[in-house]
Amino acid sequence: MSEATASANGAAGPGAGFPSLTLVPKTDAKQSMKDFKSDQEVRWCPGCGDYAILAAVQGFLPELGLRKENIVFISGIGCSSRFPYYMNTFGMHSIHGRAPAIATGLASSRQDLSVWVVTGDGDALSIGGNHLIHALRRNVNLKILLFNNRIYGLTKGQYSPTSETGKVTKSTPLGSLDHPFNPVSLAIGAEATFVARTIDSDRKHLTSVLREAAAHPGTALVEIYQNCNIFNDGAFDQLKDPDTRDDVTIRLEHGQPIKFGKDLQFGVVRGAAGSLDVAEVAQVGEDALVVHDAHAENPELAFALSRLGDLTSNYHTPIGVFRNVERPVYDTLMADQLAADTTARGTGDLASLIAGNDTWTIA
Amino acid sequence: MTKQVKQIDRVVIRFAGDSGDGMQLTGDRFTSETATFGNDLSTLPNFPAEIRAPAGTLPGVSSFQLHFADHDILTPGDAPTVLVAMNPAALKANIRDLPRGAEIIVNTDEFSKRAMAKVGYATNPLEDGSLDAYNIHAVPLTTLTVDSLAEFDISKKDAERAKNMFALGLLSWLYHRPTESTIAFLKKKFAKLPVIAEANVAAFKAGWNFGETTEGFAVSYEIAPAKLPSGTYRNITGNLALSYGLVAAGQRAQLPVYLGSYPITPASDILHELSKHKNFDVRTFQAEDEIAGIGAALGASFGGALGVTTTSGPGVALKSEAIGLAVSLELPLLIVDVQRGGPSTGLPTKTEQSDLLQAMFGRNGEAPVPIVAPRTAGDCFDAAIEAARIALKYRTPVFLLSDGYLANGSEPWRIPAVDDLPDLRVEFATEPNHELEDGSKVFWPYKRDEETLARPWAVPGTAGLEHRIGGIEKADGTGAINYEPANHDFMVRIRQAKVDGIAKDIEPLEVDDPTGDAKVLVVGWGSTYGPIAAGVRRVRGQGGKVAQAHFRHLNPFPANTAEVLKKYDKVIVPEMNLGQLALLLRGKYLVDAIAYNQVRGLPFKAEELAGVIQEVIESV
Repeated sequence: MSEATASANGAAGPGAGFPSLTLVPKTDAKQSMKDFKSDQEVRWCPGCGDYAILAAVQGFLPELGLRKENIVFISGIGCSSRFPYYMNTFGMHSIHGRAPAIATGLASSRQDLSVWVVTGDGDALSIGGNHLIHALRRNVNLKILLFNNRIYGLTKGQYSPTSETGKVTKSTPLGSLDHPFNPVSLAIGAEATFVARTIDSDRKHLTSVLREAAAHPGTALVEIYQNCNIFNDGAFDQLKDPDTRDDVTIRLEHGQPIKFGKDLQFGVVRGAAGSLDVAEVAQVGEDALVVHDAHAENPELAFALSRLGDLTSNYHTPIGVFRNVERPVYDTLMADQLAADTTARGTGDLASLIAGNDTWTIA
Repeated sequence: MTKQVKQIDRVVIRFAGDSGDGMQLTGDRFTSETATFGNDLSTLPNFPAEIRAPAGTLPGVSSFQLHFADHDILTPGDAPTVLVAMNPAALKANIRDLPRGAEIIVNTDEFSKRAMAKVGYATNPLEDGSLDAYNIHAVPLTTLTVDSLAEFDISKKDAERAKNMFALGLLSWLYHRPTESTIAFLKKKFAKLPVIAEANVAAFKAGWNFGETTEGFAVSYEIAPAKLPSGTYRNITGNLALSYGLVAAGQRAQLPVYLGSYPITPASDILHELSKHKNFDVRTFQAEDEIAGIGAALGASFGGALGVTTTSGPGVALKSEAIGLAVSLELPLLIVDVQRGGPSTGLPTKTEQSDLLQAMFGRNGEAPVPIVAPRTAGDCFDAAIEAARIALKYRTPVFLLSDGYLANGSEPWRIPAVDDLPDLRVEFATEPNHELEDGSKVFWPYKRDEETLARPWAVPGTAGLEHRIGGIEKADGTGAINYEPANHDFMVRIRQAKVDGIAKDIEPLEVDDPTGDAKVLVVGWGSTYGPIAAGVRRVRGQGGKVAQAHFRHLNPFPANTAEVLKKYDKVIVPEMNLGQLALLLRGKYLVDAIAYNQVRGLPFKAEELAGVIQEVIESV
């Protein structure tokens, strides 16, 4: 065990309570948001939801108490994927859709790093869909922040795999024909161990989800609803408008009965055929409400919750942590296999390896 | 009965049967016995892409050719002098390759009317006189095997399956091969099934004894050990040598090796092999696809490992964008392409060298990548180390172009001393490398080494060197995003200059021209070395004058290339493609290269090349 492990498990204070980061060296220096800002000018469109997410991440990272040289942000292509340039950590802006694969190579060879992937709905779910699902099933120690604005921004406004059917865009003047992905359902189906959803404009909620994701050993997928004010403005307005937000947003809290609404007048109950329904608490009674269990091994509840929201109207959209279960982490398994083999056979000897067992000598 | 023993200098044997008959195993074992005996040898496995094509059909025939001799040889042989045919399909598929007078050992048990009809024999070729030009040994291999195993408590099917070991025993007797290693091998292979192990050993011995007692084989042959340079030898295939080269590169660089790979013929064996060597700090990651394979390798390189991805041509096509990223990131990365017949899926199990231009140019933008190509199976070891040396020193992706013939073929390999291998250690950046005007020290990820033009390798975890890299064009020095015209022009040129500059750091192109006054030069690259050298030998043996040069580095070419090419009146470029090296040489050196090409999925024959060379010599 390294010293980093010992100190992280022992001391309270920054970094404590993040079991996924026990092998990442800690710092004693006091960090602030400023330490995580790079010298690069941020070049998103004015009013873009990405600014809020960047600020939330930069504001949250000091909590981890990690040496910032041991933090790496890896992104693909798209507006959100410019993120690493603005972080004063190690970073790589890679190619379209491949960030989870690149991050897998880094994380599985360097357990002393905290590796974050920043991606968008096109990057993660269209061109990079394959890498996303395989990272999730392997449970590599990656924190994937999926900025979902339901549109292609950097290519100027085509529909994305999360756009609602019928969406009129530059490439679909008569409306899109595609049925959208629900990223949370997809992740749960792909054997993800941690799946959450949050909203760019809700700094407090976003930070709380980041905190739980950072603590999770293995892959954490965080879907962040993010407003593209240029090509898809207002896509999540119902979840943000003070008049509607409380009645359409379902805030999930582990161990609590699922209630929502301005006066907590609505609740989630079991419906027919395994689905969940929204009901008025006054009619069904408190005891009928479903109690959220993010730690349930069986993904059935998490999945049913992910189906509750209407992706077009945003009504009854659960936010928070859907699923948070423990499963062996890929990087740890890989390191353990190397260590076990080295213990069993000793450190490899190159001369005897290349000679093999069947040689002859010519004088 | 005392049998006659003849001394001969070389033999080419081809074992052929159904893909389920165990011909590759039989060939491997015979090769191993031959290697242990000390002959020089070269092998050519040839098998269908289907795992089990329909039994008894022509597409289902699998073969293994072995050339062994009492002297140094260069190829698996143009034509077999001995064919072992386990069924009518194997006979039919191979007979046209045999010279008159060749020996044919056939398993007569398989020559039923139905089996013969399946491959178009209307009458029995063993009886109708159509094989009169050959020396036929008709042996009921299956019956003899089953009879020899009567005492064993095994099924008839299991007994029949040992017929390849009976054949191996017979051939081992015929050529005086040592048998100990095969017996040990069988016992180990079937350790969990002792009865099967014993039955196979018994079949093997029965085959040997059959040779000794039957009147069908009046003569046996001895081929003296070859006088190779002194040293300790082993037999090795190209894929194994390449795998060991990768392990050795990691050891000599004192870096972990990270292989990201997706299974593909004929490269998968490298993934299999490296997965066995975790105690050498070798990580293997079987990715979800080709792109993830190279992506993970590149991610590991970013983290300070020697990243490697292994594939074949179709995989390279998928990896192209990531290779471009590696060019832009300027990180070390090895891309191993074990070439096979193309385009598209092409001929998965057959050899070709048609990815040269893909390796050279197959990316968007100006994206130069150094290329190294091994020339023999054993050379795959050294070529892998050389490719790693360039990747690590110049912080660049490097192509290593092997092919199906090198991958599966084998030869005796003189085992190198580990201490003689190059030292590949690198220094990671640990300190800021640039002073600003105000005197403050900063880290510039794209500030280059003046000599190599390589940029510093600063791995995550290094305090004070936090930086961001990416595929967008970067400002010279700082590495910040930069779209300025002059900067892009400069960066494109400096990346090219870095790769071009490697020419100063590689051995010059060596020319073999024993008389010093040849007017014709034969130039090749990769696995054609053996056939070209054998063809050149033949021409010289008949008094012809010809020079030979063989490229190991194809990008950049060695610094003396122009000088070499200019010295000769005619330059012949034989390739297993439609003239890819020839195109490069013509374009770069304005040489009127004569391309000689074939894409049959098989290596060149020495005789064929000798004819081509002779024709050109006569035309000068």
